[in-house]
Amino acid sequence: MRLVVLFVAGALGLVTIASFVTAGWDLPPVETEQIGYRGTGMVIHKDAEDEAARRAANVLPEPFEAPDGSGDRAGDVYENVQVLADLPQDKFDHLMLSITEWVSPEQGCEYCHNVENLASDEVYTKVVSRRMLQMTQAINADWQPHVQETGVTCYTCHRGEPVPADVWYKDLSPKAQPGIVGYRADQNVAAQFAGLTSLPQNSLEDYLLGDAPIRVHSQTALPTGENENGVMEAEHSWALMMHISESLGVNCVACHNSRAFDDWDQSPPQRVSAWHGIQMTRLLNTDYMLGMTSIFPDNRKGPHGDVFKVGCGTCHNGVQKPLYGQSMLADFVDSLGQKTETSVPDFSSYQPGATQVLSPQ
Amino acid sequence: MSEYQNIFTAVQVRGHLETGIALPAGSSERRGMPFFEYWLGKIGNAQLGPIYLGTLGFLSLVCGAVSIVIMGLNMWASVGWDPIQFVRQLPWLALEPPPAKYGISIFPPLNEGGWWLIAGFLLTLSILLWWVRMYRRARELEMGTHVAWAFASAILLFLVLGFIRPLLMGSWSEAVPFGIFPHLDWTTAFSIRYGNLHYNPFHCLAIVFLYGSVLLFAMHGATILAVTRYGGDRELEQITDRGTASERAALFWRWTMGFNATMESVHRWAWWFAVLTPLTGAIGILLTGTVVDNWYLWGMKHGIVAPLPDVFPGVVDPATSGGTQ
Repeated sequence: MRLVVLFVAGALGLVTIASFVTAGWDLPPVETEQIGYRGTGMVIHKDAEDEAARRAANVLPEPFEAPDGSGDRAGDVYENVQVLADLPQDKFDHLMLSITEWVSPEQGCEYCHNVENLASDEVYTKVVSRRMLQMTQAINADWQPHVQETGVTCYTCHRGEPVPADVWYKDLSPKAQPGIVGYRADQNVAAQFAGLTSLPQNSLEDYLLGDAPIRVHSQTALPTGENENGVMEAEHSWALMMHISESLGVNCVACHNSRAFDDWDQSPPQRVSAWHGIQMTRLLNTDYMLGMTSIFPDNRKGPHGDVFKVGCGTCHNGVQKPLYGQSMLADFVDSLGQKTETSVPDFSSYQPGATQVLSPQ
Repeated sequence: MSEYQNIFTAVQVRGHLETGIALPAGSSERRGMPFFEYWLGKIGNAQLGPIYLGTLGFLSLVCGAVSIVIMGLNMWASVGWDPIQFVRQLPWLALEPPPAKYGISIFPPLNEGGWWLIAGFLLTLSILLWWVRMYRRARELEMGTHVAWAFASAILLFLVLGFIRPLLMGSWSEAVPFGIFPHLDWTTAFSIRYGNLHYNPFHCLAIVFLYGSVLLFAMHGATILAVTRYGGDRELEQITDRGTASERAALFWRWTMGFNATMESVHRWAWWFAVLTPLTGAIGILLTGTVVDNWYLWGMKHGIVAPLPDVFPGVVDPATSGGTQ
């Protein structure tokens, strides 16, 4: 019997020690910055070590010498230039160099090009890059309410990697047992795209792909029977909010006064920016990523065959303003700052290794 | 004189092992060979056992065990019977109630909340049987039934959360999942959906009684320990025959806050605070979604929301102002 008592005490001790070792605590110092009215708890917390690591991870790459815009049209000099044909040749070359530095610094030009024939579309990544150029242009031209004058470049997401580090896809792991037991309603496991909470795993599909309503509150004090949202809808919305929170390294009060989450009058202006960001991200996924599903190979898709998708963290990478608000757009206003050619090719007709020119029909 | 100011009980009084008073004819036997354990004596009675199980206790344990096993197997199946994931993710796992489309049907598919209904039914049965057992044991010992009624208050909150309110809302999906993190997430999502439970006056009362219970518990425990050196731990004698322990305790509180409870009334204070915690909480939950849909707006209407200065002027809902996209 004494053994049992000792065993229980030992187990409790182990659990206590484990919770200290495994829970990922932030050691002091943690800085707090008040952003709302006193007494409302509206403060942003910043752990000093995490902040230092994030600063170090968000240093801009050394830019190449800016071109002066001389030379002929790129479309006249090179073959098969579909999106940036009107760009002066030196700016075009400068952009190509920069893209290599931003996206495939180790793999070099051949990550997208057949180096024997740079004009050929036979490497699928070249076709993807062209669409990504259109996407970047659209973000900078159409989504200023979200990206302001800072804008984005390929580097904002890619950071020297062919695939941005923070993307999302359908996640059903760990796989539930098919049959009559094991119902978990697409939640109740550590959800990697919802801040490792037990909230619904695939809520991003509802909001950053579909346009399910995020707002769950009633606008009247008493029930009118019109609001059919229940606790589950709140959990789905909350999963999206956890994704945003993790992506930006902020807590709820960065955008909300938590005493009335839905009230815009008490919300910081960042909430307006986030609202545009959600619309923008949804559009990037539906208009740009989904259409290219057929040309990505399996190792560039999620485990369930869906294309990698854009989330808030894809650009933000754990920081409230991507790259701490440093703009890289100045040298690329002509190429990335405006929409030039917006037509879309038929990606389903693409044959990797064979298609020489994939142009809009 | 310092031995009474320890965290642990310094004095272990041990007689011989005893089984308690004789039971009326027809009662079950008490079970288990009693024994002394020194370390248990540090925090309570050193004697462990025997226990009275009885038919009610046995049925309660069986129902409870089956319910827990149903939850556990569903959790395990929800990670594909992977033992490592089951242990690793245990705090995340849960058995979910049926989705909203099944309303309050009592026959949703087994694997879409059916197991939740079965587990919930068995757990409820187990708890209710345990309640009857507590009531009957108190009666057999010719005690009052205060413990049973206090337990009933907690059971009411449990039933409101998992049964009565979902019935009123017309959907089992409004009920709480069985799981560690998931039931906590449910709690927060519940508050968010219904406009912040902190503006629910019955939730306010429940918090007052909960924190009040803690405060009373600390005050009473500390007071008795502090006057134990004068015999204050013999509270029952002190109720009818007030001695210097009682006098000093009373004086202490009268001097520090003007009013003092008595050796008897402090226990009524504690009992009512404890009972009213889940009772007021249950009323608060019951009203949420059924008669009030947004507690923040309700609070605005009734003047309990503190107005704030406009710290963020010019922030307008972009969906209504015809945002650019």
